[in-house]
Amino acid sequence: MAKVKNSEPLSQKQQLDLKNKVLVRKLLWMLLGSLLFAFALVPIYDVLCEMTGLNGKTKNSAAVLAEAKVDESRWVTVQFTTNVMPGLGWNFYPKQSSIKMHPGQIETVAFVAKNTTNQVVIGRAIPSISPGIAAANLKKIECFCFVNQALKPGEEKEMPLRFFVSPQLPKDVSDMTLSYAFFPSADDIK
Amino acid sequence: MSTTTVAHHDDHAEHPTGIMRWLTTTNHKDIGTMYLTFSLIMFFVGGAMILAIRAELFQPGLQLINPEFFNQLIGVHALIMIFAALMPAATGFANWMIPLQIGAPDMALPRLNNWGFWLLPPSAILLTLPFTLAMFGIGDGALATGWTFYPPLSVQGGIGVDFAIFAVHLLGISSVLGSINIIVTLFNMRAPGMTLMKMPLFAWGWLITAFLLVATIPVLAGAVTMLLTDRHFGTHFFDAAGGGDPVMFQHLFWFFGHPEVYILLLPVWGFIPQILETFSRKPMYGYKAQVYSFWAIGALSVVVWAHHFFTSGMPVPALLYFMYSTMAISLPLAVMFFCWIKTMWKGSMSFETPMLFTVGWIILFGIGGLTGLVLADVAADAQYHNSYFVVAHFHYTLFAGGIMGIMAGVYFWLPKMTGHMYNEKLGKIHFWLTAISFNLTFIPQFFLGLAGMPRRIPDYALQFAEFNMISSIAAFVLGLSQLLFVYNIVSCVKGGKKATDQVWEGAKGLEWTLPSPPPYHSFTEQPTVK
Repeated sequence: MAKVKNSEPLSQKQQLDLKNKVLVRKLLWMLLGSLLFAFALVPIYDVLCEMTGLNGKTKNSAAVLAEAKVDESRWVTVQFTTNVMPGLGWNFYPKQSSIKMHPGQIETVAFVAKNTTNQVVIGRAIPSISPGIAAANLKKIECFCFVNQALKPGEEKEMPLRFFVSPQLPKDVSDMTLSYAFFPSADDIK
Repeated sequence: MSTTTVAHHDDHAEHPTGIMRWLTTTNHKDIGTMYLTFSLIMFFVGGAMILAIRAELFQPGLQLINPEFFNQLIGVHALIMIFAALMPAATGFANWMIPLQIGAPDMALPRLNNWGFWLLPPSAILLTLPFTLAMFGIGDGALATGWTFYPPLSVQGGIGVDFAIFAVHLLGISSVLGSINIIVTLFNMRAPGMTLMKMPLFAWGWLITAFLLVATIPVLAGAVTMLLTDRHFGTHFFDAAGGGDPVMFQHLFWFFGHPEVYILLLPVWGFIPQILETFSRKPMYGYKAQVYSFWAIGALSVVVWAHHFFTSGMPVPALLYFMYSTMAISLPLAVMFFCWIKTMWKGSMSFETPMLFTVGWIILFGIGGLTGLVLADVAADAQYHNSYFVVAHFHYTLFAGGIMGIMAGVYFWLPKMTGHMYNEKLGKIHFWLTAISFNLTFIPQFFLGLAGMPRRIPDYALQFAEFNMISSIAAFVLGLSQLLFVYNIVSCVKGGKKATDQVWEGAKGLEWTLPSPPPYHSFTEQPTVK
């Protein structure tokens, strides 16, 4: 009170305006924070999924073949399903619908893709594995899904997949599903 | 100098007349009236849409509208009812009543308030314009994804999705502005002596709502912005081909979507106890317990979102976490139910229309809450997910728990706002018609859901025919009886028996100390609260 120098003491109205301004500014910062949080959720989600494999994604690169021992005491059934996404004029199906194997045992299965259009079309397969909790245990040594695939008009191509199931597979998992969705290549669209 | 001009400005009783009064007003009562009127109009727009849907579902097979149009009506009905009917109604009450309840001359940021309202009509137009454009051959109609915008459907959809995205942006800005205004008003403008723990419960409900809005609306805005860039600018947030993930949208959407439920309900939970204490003629039971319950629900609401998509695929530990945390919300809610009932207990109760709506509200909202517990059960949800059981559940919470609560508030405060009593007999008829036809509309939908009828499908198997027929007929009765509501409001605005200052015998609080209707500028001298 005593130390007001140049200005008169603020009126009640001015004091209130000042108080309001300060609080509004804080709330706007909070708003900005929530907006940044919304976009930060995208990398957080990706990191979380990569660490845990929750969304059925696996590493999109070839696994190194470890000297894994084949666990002959248990069986695991791996089923294959395929989808062709809109905009890709292909037929795409697995040659066998499922395979029964021991964890650690290396198997090769084949998928068939046929271009039914009269143009060269580039596609890219995106894998997804269910149950997600076991996704990291399906190790692909060689897969057509790592790269873009180009098919000439009417061309039919057999695409091999070489993989094994890690013996570290959780005890309660006896069935897995590997799903491939073939998308029109994003690079192709651009 | 500035002090005197400001004081003069505050005192003047003149304001522009005609349309300019409403376009330029910064008066909290005018803005509150505009919010409430807008909400009532949009309630009928959204209602007309759902009646078209119920007419189509009256019989199996496709009779009246084609499936594409059906899908559009479903999504736009939900967006309009949530963002353009329920939320503006709550904001309208906030504008009208919060300054009166806390003894403030106006809202803290009156010009922002005006802008917040006038963003609403353009966004309502944006939402519905694609219907009209489609008639002239432009585009293929409105948003057809349901109100949840799930990709990949929303990435592939027509211009309706873009219109809806921009409408959601505008609606979001509007409600965030409203929230900031309410928070600032509640923190800085309370009458001397009114501590936070002496604030009326309605103000408390709105304070939590406003904070939830500021925290979650930006997440929705971010999610739909990502959708927009996915659609037009080549990003791949939700596109699996480009390394994105459509399920991530569900996480983002429901991170906003679940708090939104409490955003809609908290203001109602605020004034319902005030109505109860008024018509029970005894003080509210457990004021503090209810305030703490509000906080608990507000906090829990942002950590339970994934229960909306248990079936999208989640590991068992996550399922269990979201199940238990969701069920935990029923604890503070149970505290509130207990307080409501205890407030009425051994009270000298009378059943005027607001009280009828309130007691009916407690029962119906209770059904909504209990069926929510059923859906929160992961094992049961696998069967009920996306069935009519869900539709019936959230209409018990949002129509009964939301709109019927708002109606109780309208009848409660209408004499205060207009200075006239509404027609009590008509009000009671309106309540009974609404309560009975509401139950006849949605109880059959519980059975339909249990029997396996999926939601958002224009056609259905023959065994569902009887229940759908009952539901459709009741829905039309429900819709038409709301015309009584409008008639009652309009005639109450025009005239009627003079209302006293206190209006209701047991009414307590600052707003009842003012004349009915309150003068254009009220509490220019702040009252002191002991």
